[in-house]
Amino acid sequence: MSAQTIDSQGNALTYATIERDAGLRAALDMTRPDIIDAVSQSGLKGRGGAGFPTGMKWNFCAAEKGDLKYIICNADEGEPGTFKDRVILSRFADLVLEGMTIGGRAIGATLGIVYLRAEYTYLRPHLNEVIKERRKRGVLGTSIMGVEGFDFDIIVAMGAGAYVCGEETALIESLEGFRGEPRNRPPFPAVAGLLNNPTVVNNVETLASVAAIFAKGVDWFKAFGTDKSTGYKLFSVSGDCEKPGVYEFPWGITVAALLEEVGGEGAKAVQIGGASGVCVPAREFARRLAFEDIPTGGSVMVIGPQRDMLDVAENFLEFFVEESCGQCTPCRLGNPQMLKAVKLLKEGACPPKFLADVKALGQTMMVASKCGLGQTSPSAFLSILEHFGDEIHDRAPSA
Amino acid sequence: MSHPTTPIHRAPLSQQHRRVIPTTSPDAIGAQVTVTINGVEAKVPFGATILEAARSVGVQIPTLCDHPDLNVAGVCRMCVVEVEGQRLLQPACTFPVVNQMKVNTHTRKVRQARRHVLQLLLSEHFGECTSCVRNGNCELQSLAEEYGINDFAFGHPEEPLVAEDHSSYSVMRDMNKCIRCRRCVRTCIDIQEVGVLEAIGRSDRVSIETYEDRPLGSVVCINCGQCVNRCPVGALYAKDETDAVWAAIDDPEKHVVIQTAPAPRSAMGELFGLEPGTPVTFEMNTALRRAGFDHVFDTNFSADLTIMEEGTELILRLYKALVLGHKDVALPQFTSCSPGWVKFLEHFYPEYLPNASSAKSPQQMFGALIKTYYAEKLGLDPGNIVSVALMPCSAKKFECNRPEMHDSGYQDVDYGLTTRELGKMFKEAGLHVPSLPKSDFDDPFGTATGSGVIFGATGGVMESALRTVIELVTGEKVESIYDHGDIVPVRGFDGVRYAEITVPKVGPVPEILAHLVPDWEWLNGATLKVAVAHGTANAKKVMDDIKAGGKFSECHFIEFMACPGGCLGGGGQPIPTNAAIRAARAKAIYAEDHAYSVRKSYENPAVARTYAEFLTDGPGGHKAHKLLHTEYTARGRHIPQE
Repeated sequence: MSAQTIDSQGNALTYATIERDAGLRAALDMTRPDIIDAVSQSGLKGRGGAGFPTGMKWNFCAAEKGDLKYIICNADEGEPGTFKDRVILSRFADLVLEGMTIGGRAIGATLGIVYLRAEYTYLRPHLNEVIKERRKRGVLGTSIMGVEGFDFDIIVAMGAGAYVCGEETALIESLEGFRGEPRNRPPFPAVAGLLNNPTVVNNVETLASVAAIFAKGVDWFKAFGTDKSTGYKLFSVSGDCEKPGVYEFPWGITVAALLEEVGGEGAKAVQIGGASGVCVPAREFARRLAFEDIPTGGSVMVIGPQRDMLDVAENFLEFFVEESCGQCTPCRLGNPQMLKAVKLLKEGACPPKFLADVKALGQTMMVASKCGLGQTSPSAFLSILEHFGDEIHDRAPSA
Repeated sequence: MSHPTTPIHRAPLSQQHRRVIPTTSPDAIGAQVTVTINGVEAKVPFGATILEAARSVGVQIPTLCDHPDLNVAGVCRMCVVEVEGQRLLQPACTFPVVNQMKVNTHTRKVRQARRHVLQLLLSEHFGECTSCVRNGNCELQSLAEEYGINDFAFGHPEEPLVAEDHSSYSVMRDMNKCIRCRRCVRTCIDIQEVGVLEAIGRSDRVSIETYEDRPLGSVVCINCGQCVNRCPVGALYAKDETDAVWAAIDDPEKHVVIQTAPAPRSAMGELFGLEPGTPVTFEMNTALRRAGFDHVFDTNFSADLTIMEEGTELILRLYKALVLGHKDVALPQFTSCSPGWVKFLEHFYPEYLPNASSAKSPQQMFGALIKTYYAEKLGLDPGNIVSVALMPCSAKKFECNRPEMHDSGYQDVDYGLTTRELGKMFKEAGLHVPSLPKSDFDDPFGTATGSGVIFGATGGVMESALRTVIELVTGEKVESIYDHGDIVPVRGFDGVRYAEITVPKVGPVPEILAHLVPDWEWLNGATLKVAVAHGTANAKKVMDDIKAGGKFSECHFIEFMACPGGCLGGGGQPIPTNAAIRAARAKAIYAEDHAYSVRKSYENPAVARTYAEFLTDGPGGHKAHKLLHTEYTARGRHIPQE
């Protein structure tokens, strides 16, 4: 199984040292506001890429009135070059489900849903097995761990293969049985999410971190990372390096240090954050992976010196032209224009006016698209244009 | 703990509103918030959109996917504005005002974004503007002019890429012009709950398609044309039959007559720049004659006839059920004059077809009489008569092509023209309708009643029927029961209305009905339960309630209209449409009703003459049945393979 191949590469993961159920036990000794407060104190930010403070998200949802609330685990890991959630779900599913249970307790949800990407269907039996076992152990179901009135269960729901369903509102649409397309925000899911009820959507890794924070303590967690980016992070490293795999590093590691660990020295650029991320050129390898410098959901693609940067841009844009939900104009029709420009550049035949128009269009897409997909899809191409202008513009027109 | 199952609603639950309410906290609702738009302060209710706030201080923000009748979408991104302190531009049509934010509506960033949106849309819009049905009334065209489009930076299709779909009798589709705003999708599901159209595919491959992309003529489309009225461009349009009508007019052998329905007369003026709600009924008569029609008739005549036939049918159903104790009488009786509603019933509730009145719609009753009674009277060969109907409706085109609508021995009505088509003919003939002298309708059907006129508004058929039934049963003037004879409980624009009408006393059975019932005693003190629904989403609510045995199943008579507002909001009416325009048209229609001296169908002398001279066995009689009644087709939702 491919997950095991990946699993065997990388470094030792802290999650392997977290005692099962310890976090939940600790959380159930606390009041609900104190649970949320602890998450806020830990500084935990969303591990899916957007980096929204988890405690704040929980707080919004907890403040909403309503008997029905939901906590959803976003396991629609679709960002190109990201495979760390797959490892977490394979090896530490208990921690993820435990994090959901703690979140459910905090916001007052009675149901948790794992939204699992279609390509991870092979993980479903495993997750269901872990859920069943947790019910048997009394850490899911009614009166969890003997706490009267704390009823919470988890189910697994399947995605159907659309990248955009990783966007939380598209995910909810998909869960409701509709075409997976992002909603207008506000209202945010914390106010009106699944079936119009207050809903928290957290990434797989975020939820596993929650379990770890409660098992080991806020201070333990905050000892990792930087002031603004606390804790540690899993990185999915792929591309032109000797040891691709899933790595755990504290936030704040420099690109150069990471490349050294994975055998990627000599790279001419690193694409961080997947197709929707940014392309960092070698001269900026002293920059840090942290919310305050280069924020990321964990995808690190090493680009070796032999690569044509336009091939890289073309590859990403082909992906977005495939995966845009096609709802809003800038993303639906903007990405094909970006791709067209790349193809023309590759032929050395892009008229300067068209290139200028497309660059300006990229700026519009980043501010006027409806969701994160269109808001980020031009960034790789734009940063490649910015950093590798010589390589791009010096090529001769093809015959 | 049980969790609700997913309801089948197309729009996200959180966004099934014109406004996105940003909180579930009730304390904020109703509070006033001050927002600054381009430096000007606007006070708006908490949760109002930026668009509403801007309009309240006279700031125009361009929109495209937004439509006041539809749920919010926020997909075209034409209305984006800059909110101070936010990196992202926000769509004014959906973004709620919740605090004292500062908004700028035409910064460089905003202007650039709008141009990009338009240039992108133009890159896939096959813009043959000068030969397009929407030339001069196209939102994309107007926006391109207003927002500085002077080139096609991202290309522009010179040739159509896909074939147009002309399979429907009513609604034509040209996806080469579609800009994916999805107003049609939302119209079909939000307003009509039919759901024929849906976005299929992703990215630039998104297209608006029917089930398995089958031709519109082969799916469950009810031909209402509401999508046409809300399409901002020329991607959806009603079938154009003006050339065929011109050809008939040009042919000296042909005797071309036209009947005009009340709703178009309340809206035709809009095509000539008049305010909505300015009736041009009598100016239009002159225009029609000058355009070359041989005779001009008033559909109100056959609307009155419909009331006679449908009212008689109702009385008979009630008599059979209540007095004779027949168990198989289908009640409530449903109106059947809206062809969109009829097809909706045939597709979605075929088991209730026996409830639909067998009386034809006014258009088809008139059609059957023109090629029989009228032809006889004038000594014309019915084969040489071309019968045209001016309707506010695209479904009327389908209706006149129904195979059963040949009771005269010919196709009873040859062409159903929409208000828009006739307006186009007038313009081509140089007829500026508002400045023409007035003239009356032609005999022998000339005189109409107000009852016929109000057919154009939701509740109008019900009110007309009640006026006639009350007078026939009580022997009293309806004015003695309702002020001015206005039966207000069935009026208005609420989607579903329910009313109980008590029969205070009974009189002798009038001669015209004497062959049907011996007396009215069985109705003495009875309460007639009636309901009105317009827009098929509302019809669906009523039908589902009937199926569940709810209060509407207890009704005796229910009026259904496929279109919001009734015929005045029909799919053949001038574009644009919205609640204010529909209300203005309704006002014109009720004003016309008040102007008539005869306001009850049974008092219409032309109707009385028709029964005396031609339909001699009276309402519900054999001859009336042959010409004025019809049957329906249980279609169901199954769409057979082509």
